[in-house]
Amino acid sequence: MTYIPISPKERDAMLATIGVQSLDELFDDVPAKHRFPKLDLPPALTEMEALDELSGLAQANENVRSDLISFLGAGMYNHYIPSVVDHILRRGEFYTAYTPYQPEISQGTLQAIFEYQSLMCALTGMEVSNASHYDGATAAAEAVNMAFAQFRGKRRKVVVAPTVHPQYRAVIRTYTQGMDLQLAGDDQFPITDYQPSDLPSLVDDNTCLVIVQYPDFFGRVYDYTKLVEAAHAKGALVCIVANPTALALFKTPASMGADIVVGDGQPLGIPMWYGGPSVGFFTTRKQYVHKMAGRLVGETVDSKGQRSYVLTLTAREQHIKRERATSNICTNQGLIALGTAVYLSLLGKKGLRQVAELCYQKAHYAAAQLSKIEGMGLCFSEPFFHEFALCVNRPVEEVNAHLLEHGILGGYDLGQDYPALKDHMLIAVTEMNTKEDIDTLVEVLSEVSHD
Amino acid sequence: MNTPANLKYTKSDEWFDPATGKAGITDYAQGQLSDIVFVEILVEAGETIEAGKPIASVESVKASAEIYAPAGGKVAAVNKGLADKPELINSDPYGEAWMIQLEGATAGDLMDAAAYEKYCAERAH
Amino acid sequence: MIDVSTSLNASAPDQTKVKIVEPTIFELSSSGRVGVTMPASDVPETALPPEHLLRPDLPLPELAEVDVVRHYMHLSSFNYSVDTGFYPLGSCTMKYNPKINEDTCRLPGFLYTHPLQPIETVQGNLALMYQLQEWLKEISGFAGVTLQPAAGAHGEFTGVLIMRAYHKSRGDHKRVKMLIPDSAHGTNPASSGMMGLQVVQIPSDSRGNVDLKALEAACDDTVVGMMLTNPNTLGLFDENIEKVIELVHGCGGLMYGDGANLNALLGIVRPGDLGFDVMHFNLHKTFAVPHGGGGPGSGPVGVAAHLVDFLPEPLVGIIEEGEDDLPPLYGFVKPAKTIGRMKAFHGHFGGGLVRAFTYIAMHGPDGLKDIAQYAVLNANYLQARLRSTYRIPYDRTCMHEFVAEGRFEGSDVRALDIAKRLMDYNFHPPTNYFPLIVHEALMIEPTETENKDTLDAFADALIKIAEEAKTQPELVKSAPHTTKFGRMDEVKAARELVLCCWLPENFSDQ
Repeated sequence: MTYIPISPKERDAMLATIGVQSLDELFDDVPAKHRFPKLDLPPALTEMEALDELSGLAQANENVRSDLISFLGAGMYNHYIPSVVDHILRRGEFYTAYTPYQPEISQGTLQAIFEYQSLMCALTGMEVSNASHYDGATAAAEAVNMAFAQFRGKRRKVVVAPTVHPQYRAVIRTYTQGMDLQLAGDDQFPITDYQPSDLPSLVDDNTCLVIVQYPDFFGRVYDYTKLVEAAHAKGALVCIVANPTALALFKTPASMGADIVVGDGQPLGIPMWYGGPSVGFFTTRKQYVHKMAGRLVGETVDSKGQRSYVLTLTAREQHIKRERATSNICTNQGLIALGTAVYLSLLGKKGLRQVAELCYQKAHYAAAQLSKIEGMGLCFSEPFFHEFALCVNRPVEEVNAHLLEHGILGGYDLGQDYPALKDHMLIAVTEMNTKEDIDTLVEVLSEVSHD
Repeated sequence: MNTPANLKYTKSDEWFDPATGKAGITDYAQGQLSDIVFVEILVEAGETIEAGKPIASVESVKASAEIYAPAGGKVAAVNKGLADKPELINSDPYGEAWMIQLEGATAGDLMDAAAYEKYCAERAH
Repeated sequence: MIDVSTSLNASAPDQTKVKIVEPTIFELSSSGRVGVTMPASDVPETALPPEHLLRPDLPLPELAEVDVVRHYMHLSSFNYSVDTGFYPLGSCTMKYNPKINEDTCRLPGFLYTHPLQPIETVQGNLALMYQLQEWLKEISGFAGVTLQPAAGAHGEFTGVLIMRAYHKSRGDHKRVKMLIPDSAHGTNPASSGMMGLQVVQIPSDSRGNVDLKALEAACDDTVVGMMLTNPNTLGLFDENIEKVIELVHGCGGLMYGDGANLNALLGIVRPGDLGFDVMHFNLHKTFAVPHGGGGPGSGPVGVAAHLVDFLPEPLVGIIEEGEDDLPPLYGFVKPAKTIGRMKAFHGHFGGGLVRAFTYIAMHGPDGLKDIAQYAVLNANYLQARLRSTYRIPYDRTCMHEFVAEGRFEGSDVRALDIAKRLMDYNFHPPTNYFPLIVHEALMIEPTETENKDTLDAFADALIKIAEEAKTQPELVKSAPHTTKFGRMDEVKAARELVLCCWLPENFSDQ
């Protein structure tokens, strides 16, 4: 099966126009000994067969809608996605368009991105949002690039809180390995006692950026105002990695003085899709816009006097600035960013707050019930949003295997990244979990504790 | 194209005023770049720089350029106000849009106005 | 064809008042409207945290479902897309995106799986990823593939990190230079720049190949490698490709292939066989993953055997071999000298990998070769039809795209004007002003999914525009005339920098 709409007769007429006898003749520049390899691939499937094959693969998974009750989060969350979101994303006019280089015939994409930027500013309280990065982790790494560029390489240290998502910290390490940059903070504190107030001790005159997470990886909510002040006192910028659902309830990072606010937009109407694609939002203050990477849409007027939108400040970007650009990024997550814009438009002021409160209420109910189980308990006492660390007093892998037998996807095993938190799991609760789900979890975990 | 006779010019389109020690980019350069929307001066007052070192970075609607020191010497002043009004580079490249002022600088192997005009004319083809 | 010359007489716009074609989602908001109702809480209430931790208001718009649907439907109608017309954007491979891929990637088993689930519960996902790794290896001739990179530029960055790690692991610390042809995409030097490498530009010769003399002169023991797009951005297969690779390898450098133009090579030649050491794939170009208005893309990276240990972690591997009827157990493996992790989780699984898997499965080896052959046929056909009207600066058999000059003797009509005028004929313009080595470049990539009638209509339009450029240059220079929106004031956008329509004061009283 192919999608080639050319008949043999048309092909021959075209070859004649070109002046060659056969299709193969068009490839004379390719070294003969490597030309036309025989590819060892399975023969082509029809659409019917392909759908069957793919359905089989999909059904070989256990999914969190029909097979499992999920309490797994750790950076990707199971939220309800209103039907409208995918109906809009399935519009061919959106998903089969390219980057809006020709604004006259791309106003749909451009206005949608402009609205996405505006919605992200409203959510974070920041002044400027770019058109997005690949995900939350790469957005955090781009924050490092921006801060590094802002100080023109004169400050070469980045302080990262140990409670930033372990995979985000790993990505930052990967991204910066050619930059001759010192990363500090992510393995210097005993994790069970760590508090954000420990971090300023590492911030010095050589520090370009401090990165913290909000709520932190263990779900805890801190007011980072004092930390931001301490970092600013040393001249460093501060990046807060935020969960967008939490921002519907908790004070904005902007109000704490953050210079950059990034995060993963997946909770805003994007399916988990086994990890991607999601969207990394990146917001900052207007004064840093020229050092920010990524696409940016600005408002203007067209020759007919109509309000319209264009990609702007493009000279910052790789296709013009080449090796002097802050980043090599040339895409944004266009369609996914559109999805989050549709989601936020639908839920709006009341709906998103309601989702956030449901998450909060259910997570707190779960935490209260679980901490009553003998031998189990909450690891931390600080305010939290929809995730919390539970000590289960035995290997998490064992506990999760037992939960799985009862159709429950248990929490993330924190011992993988934090040896001191061996036997601790990170439990996430969203509006998708009913009281019954939570009670089942409590019941099955109680059995474990009595085993 | 405006090419004041009292200034000296580089092949990378910077001007230098031997009388005042000021430097910036030429009328030809601003025309090539078109509407300039961002400028960042990369050196600070008090620094000693060599000729050819990047002193500023400029971005227009469609292009970006690195600006190099036309002469070496000690930076006596930088035009801090330029960052807020990058469009001055388009409207007044030799006046208000000066970028840095050098002290005790000697203009080395720079072109005079006639040679620079000829050099620009050659590149137009 | 549309006659648009009359629209030139349309009344001049009133510059004093800006017309709003579609209000923003914030302007459409009306206090009290509800788009989605969530269920009430079914658990005993817990007090919210102290006030000082909460935000006072949430300044999001308020709309009903129908308001939201109509708004985004209106916006969608302002877009040109592959589903609505011919999109010959050079270097972007805007081929038709099969509809079945939209269905397969949305199967519930894919949509609703969490990336951190135990591997036993996601064997379908892992089998698909493993198989796709194997297929991409076979298609490209490489020994290892990572599916993690999120886009082409992200794949490039991955590749450059791998090249650097390889040299470092051998104690070879003096390599700091990356060789990049003058026809390269901007991402190549930008990816190298992100690594602190020094970029050395290599010129092209008169036939559009890498200039061998210049390359030879640049090859020494400080070279990390070369980043080459082949076929290059002129749409030409480098006639000396084996010599180029030999020179780079000769000085100890590695050969990076920018897979942007892989569509021309499917079943034609495998970059790994030619001697490339690393290459990124653009699943959103070659394997019909939709471009999504600018993303998400997907940029897997293939490497030769000596670089497999440096791939990002994790890869999908077989943890336990299967036997008889029992399938193997798939899981994650960490390469011995991995450069680390490029993004959170496992790459663009749903949006990229499932669609590409479906596409490859439905083509098989012969279908893939057809893709390349017809993509190259279509490009050469258009080149042949346009040759006598537009100058082709590097005129020889092209691959999947070619570059023409959008300028005419004695006319001040430029490539940009031609591009805009094409919109009046209901075509998306080609890429213009790239590659940088061609004046007024028009870079045309028709792809294999266009029929002869469309190609003919497009060629006719370009020939007519060339005529208009002589007879009615003003018509071309003020195009487009028939589109809903006219040319934009880009200077105003950059100077005024209105980047957000959220006005805090509108919400302060609510």
